[in-house]
Amino acid sequence: MAPHDLRRPFKRAAITDQQKRRELSLLRQAQNRREAQQQARCLASSILSLQSPVPESEPEQSDIELENASETEQESGALSKDLDVRRASKLRGPEARNWFARQLMLPEWMIDVPDRLSQDWYVFARPAGKRCFVVSSNGTTVSRQRNGSILHHFPSALPAGAKTRDGSGSAQSYCILDCIFHELDQTYYVIDIVCWNGYSLYDCTAEFRFYWLNSKLEESAYTGVMPYVKDGLLFYNKHAHYQTGNTPLVLVWKDEDCSQYVIDTDSKGEIPSQQQVVLELQDDRKLVTSDEPPVLFGCLDGDIIEKSGLHSGNLLRFAISDGGLSFVDGKLEKADLNYLGKANRARAFADTYSKVLFQFMVRHSPLKIDDLLASINSPDDQENNSSDIEMLLNAPSRVTTV
Amino acid sequence: MAMEITQFLLAAQSADAKVRTEAEANLRQFQEQNLPVFLLSLSVELANNDKPVESRRLAGIVLKNSLDAKDVIRKEQLVQQWMATDISVKSQIKDLLLRTLGSSVPEARHTSAQVIAKIASIEIPQKEWPELIGSLLNYMTQQDRPAALKQATLETLGYVCEEISHQDLVQEEVNAVLTAVVQGMNLAEHGPEVRLAATKALYNALEFAQTNFENEMERNYIMKVVCDTAMSKEVEIRQAAFECLVAIASAYYEVLEPYMQTLFQLTSNAVKGDEETVALQAIEFWSSICDEEIELQEFESPESGDSGPPHSRFIEKALSSLVPLLLETLLKQEEDQDQDDTIWNISMAGGTCLGLVARTVGDDIVPLVMPFVESNILKPDWRCREAATYAFGSILEGPTVEKLSPLVQAGLDFLLAAMKDGNNHVKDTTAWTLSRIFELLHSPASGFSVISPENLKRVVGVLLESLKDAPNVAEKACGAIYYLVQGYEDAGPSSSLLSPCLTDIISCLIATADRTDGGDSKLRSSAYETLNEVVRCSNIAETSPIIAQLLPVIMDKLGQTVEIQIVSSDDREKQGDLQASLCGVLQVIIQKLSSTDDTKPIILQAADQIMILFLKVFGCRSSTVHEEAMLAIGALAYATGPQFEKYMPEFSKYLQMGLQNFEEYQVCGITVGVVGDICRALDDKVLPYCDGIMGLLLKDLASSELHRSVKPPIFSCFGDIALAIGEHFEKYVPYALPMMQGAAEICAQMETADEEMMDYGNQLRRSIFEAYSGILQGFKSVKPDVMVPYAQHLLKFIELVSRDRQRDESVTKAAVAVMGDLADALGSNIKLLFKDCAFYDDFLGECLQSDDEQLKETAGWTQGMIGRVMV
Repeated sequence: MAPHDLRRPFKRAAITDQQKRRELSLLRQAQNRREAQQQARCLASSILSLQSPVPESEPEQSDIELENASETEQESGALSKDLDVRRASKLRGPEARNWFARQLMLPEWMIDVPDRLSQDWYVFARPAGKRCFVVSSNGTTVSRQRNGSILHHFPSALPAGAKTRDGSGSAQSYCILDCIFHELDQTYYVIDIVCWNGYSLYDCTAEFRFYWLNSKLEESAYTGVMPYVKDGLLFYNKHAHYQTGNTPLVLVWKDEDCSQYVIDTDSKGEIPSQQQVVLELQDDRKLVTSDEPPVLFGCLDGDIIEKSGLHSGNLLRFAISDGGLSFVDGKLEKADLNYLGKANRARAFADTYSKVLFQFMVRHSPLKIDDLLASINSPDDQENNSSDIEMLLNAPSRVTTV
Repeated sequence: MAMEITQFLLAAQSADAKVRTEAEANLRQFQEQNLPVFLLSLSVELANNDKPVESRRLAGIVLKNSLDAKDVIRKEQLVQQWMATDISVKSQIKDLLLRTLGSSVPEARHTSAQVIAKIASIEIPQKEWPELIGSLLNYMTQQDRPAALKQATLETLGYVCEEISHQDLVQEEVNAVLTAVVQGMNLAEHGPEVRLAATKALYNALEFAQTNFENEMERNYIMKVVCDTAMSKEVEIRQAAFECLVAIASAYYEVLEPYMQTLFQLTSNAVKGDEETVALQAIEFWSSICDEEIELQEFESPESGDSGPPHSRFIEKALSSLVPLLLETLLKQEEDQDQDDTIWNISMAGGTCLGLVARTVGDDIVPLVMPFVESNILKPDWRCREAATYAFGSILEGPTVEKLSPLVQAGLDFLLAAMKDGNNHVKDTTAWTLSRIFELLHSPASGFSVISPENLKRVVGVLLESLKDAPNVAEKACGAIYYLVQGYEDAGPSSSLLSPCLTDIISCLIATADRTDGGDSKLRSSAYETLNEVVRCSNIAETSPIIAQLLPVIMDKLGQTVEIQIVSSDDREKQGDLQASLCGVLQVIIQKLSSTDDTKPIILQAADQIMILFLKVFGCRSSTVHEEAMLAIGALAYATGPQFEKYMPEFSKYLQMGLQNFEEYQVCGITVGVVGDICRALDDKVLPYCDGIMGLLLKDLASSELHRSVKPPIFSCFGDIALAIGEHFEKYVPYALPMMQGAAEICAQMETADEEMMDYGNQLRRSIFEAYSGILQGFKSVKPDVMVPYAQHLLKFIELVSRDRQRDESVTKAAVAVMGDLADALGSNIKLLFKDCAFYDDFLGECLQSDDEQLKETAGWTQGMIGRVMV
């Protein structure tokens, strides 16, 4: 029994970093594994199991302030830490809203025309209405808005969406659809699909997902008459997976002809004379968008911060003054901002860069439908093709109520 | 064959590898052809006094290895194999072994004693060798037997007692064994050879003597004999007796009170005047008492003070005599003791004990030590200054911060100045004391530090200067920097204090690592490991440019190692060590920079070059993979995510190599972890590599060679793979699932008395559950039916685990989660199964009441999942 085998010699080097590195790696791996498994522990069931929300002090009304009357795509930007599904079921109010907003794929605004628009992108006319998840499971169908609140409970023709006489429909059969609820005819228009009959389509390309939607190449999205009120066009890159949060692989574009809500209105529903933007104030007085990474728009005067008692993290409203936005090499170089005040408290995020730019362009030199069509007819695209100049056009299917 | 086995056994020890390998193969062939004859031949060889001692010794060792192994599963196989052996062969072997105890060749006696104990460990609990104890006792009691036989018999008795429990024998036998051993220590009856063997046997039999120690009369007798023996005139016997006292201090602390007066005298005399080997044991006695009391104090809670074992406060009572005794030892330093890491001497043992005493009594030690510090710290003799510093450094853990911080604050300037002392030992100990101060009294994260913001610059300056001192001092200075920066980890605003110093610290550490006078590479690796902590603890927001600059510097250095000319195996080893350090730093940098979105692009941009370097490092070896590079690659895969796919064609062969490295099992284990990282990074893109990986993982699991600690991670890894590739896991199900079921059954039978086994059992269960979770979730939306046939077995296993009160919290979490996964994935398919089992309600109930939020949430989710199935 040699004592020096038992006792760490007291005065010897204490640094054994290798073991620490191993342990930290294991710790990280265990944590990652836990997160991966928890994520897999399924959106479907947790969306269903969410408790009915507290009567909402929800922004629905006040939120319109600077947004379109239709439910504009809210930016999910700098959200706090990952919340897992189970925790989400306990969330209320703004937290629930943040969480649900993160589960949806959110389009950026189209500020220039992507390459290979005709080959790689789907387009369809976006119905005006509320964006929501429709989940069918266990013989019932539930729709939930981004804020987590239940919109409707109803039986549907979706797999597992209604009680059937033979009691069939196993628990693993369920659907999650990304929809827009069109108030006027009380119809859910399916714009994307996350799970179909128990098959997860998260990691499938849009091309594959839309196959499930029974895509039809019927009419032009832009000019065609739709059974619903249109609110712009949505472009989906064929290769894009269903990815939560902002993505440049889905784009929204509008003009006066296909949307009633092109230029942002204020809370009274009127178009302000100068474009307004909402930016987030950071520690170092910087004003940024909600993009990841944030785009810098300028710095706020220390005076204003002091006078108005502003803190980092505040969302602030600005008007874009006569100086407008100036660009160098396609990058924003300077913004002439005029401080108006704090943004409505219900606002969770600052504007995204693409939204600000789209709004700016709408007021000055809008991206026109002709630009889009011109891109399709450009030589690059033509060499490939054929008489079929039309984009792959697509009309959303409808969820049939039983 | 009998003639040949001697040749094989000798050849198996040949210096010529070819001869050796051939002989080993011959032995193995013999063993496989006819095991009973093989074992018998070995025992004949061992017993034969005409055979060379070398072949006899190896015969004994091979025999012993045929009965026992470290690996539990292998051991169980060997036990079964022995029990199945023909009884007449077994009894011949046992007779031969007992006879060998009387051999004139000491090595044969010794080996035989070991083998007998191994057979006893199998047979005595089964009551299959009832005559063994009688035979051994016979050897002891017959007067005319030679001393050599008695010596070997005592040794055997000691080993047997160590292997079995006293409950395996009737009490009379236990008493007779102990009587024989204790009588063997008797001065009047036996010569030194027998007394030494008896004393060592008692040491091995102390646990076995439990019932005898409970009896006051018998205890008194044993203690008296041990104390008498501790004063024998032979130093070896005194040492063995003190070793017994050390073991008694740990095993029988609660009955020591009546003997403490005597024991203090004995140990005190030994520390002051005995040979060093004896004095070291005497100090160890007090260290062991401290260990016991520290443990009692840790378990002592004010609310439930009544039920625990008694705290006799021996250290507190002896404090005023014990501390001066220990302080005296500090002055007995050896020259050059700081140059050699293997030295263990009386001053080091004394300082270690002093540190334990401080942890035992807390504040009370301070007034007893400080006068010694003050009176010696300025003396011209370096021994006095070193001892004073060592004493001060030793008592920094235990006393309260309130008691210590004024002393440390008053002494800090002095210590910083002492880093310029003329004596190397004094500087060495001073740097160590500073590192203890930073470790224990510097915690800006919790709002307390003996270092003021104004003082930090000076502290850093002194330490950086000391990095240029002699290698041993520089190494201790690295330690001080390590703890200094550690204080700033997650320290909020305080962590900014360190930021301005960071550039200097990093460049000095790199310069230190580049020193060529460090002897072995210890200083260099200390410098790099300190650098790791510096990177880890830095405030990323403020220092990311500095860390970003460090990245190419380290990459460059790693690139240079590949160019090193390798002539000897020594060169190869040095190259490997250096690469280990540098890969370690890269790993830490990768992790640090990829932890924020702002800095992650730095890693992504450099990822290609980093990966090329790692591949070059792998390329430096032919058959093994570099552990640290593998560890770093895991971090890189995590940072790069799906982008890692492009490295896979080149990297996968090293991954496979790592998974096949049974010998360096830690490499294998790390590689298994990296497979998990890669699965999460690549998701289904990992599919093309899965056949190869799964094949090796299954082989690893089936191997009895591979260290058991790697096996649980392999199960978790199954889950990672399944989660990544989903339905494509189906083809592995027929192989993986039976392994998981088999492991679950092993868990069910596992002995829970052994703490280490209990830990292992918990790991194994958790990992089996993780495997199921990954597989179930992977199949959930596509092919849940694949898992239906396995549901019942899993549910039974969960039930079994849920009934185990000793299960670890992490096991509980995994069990509850997998139960939810089962319901989630299989849905109404398993409605009936759940209907038939009652346990899950209680289990969920227990979890829902937990204080652990995470567990409660998981249980709530699972409850919902099961509820959905049951409606």
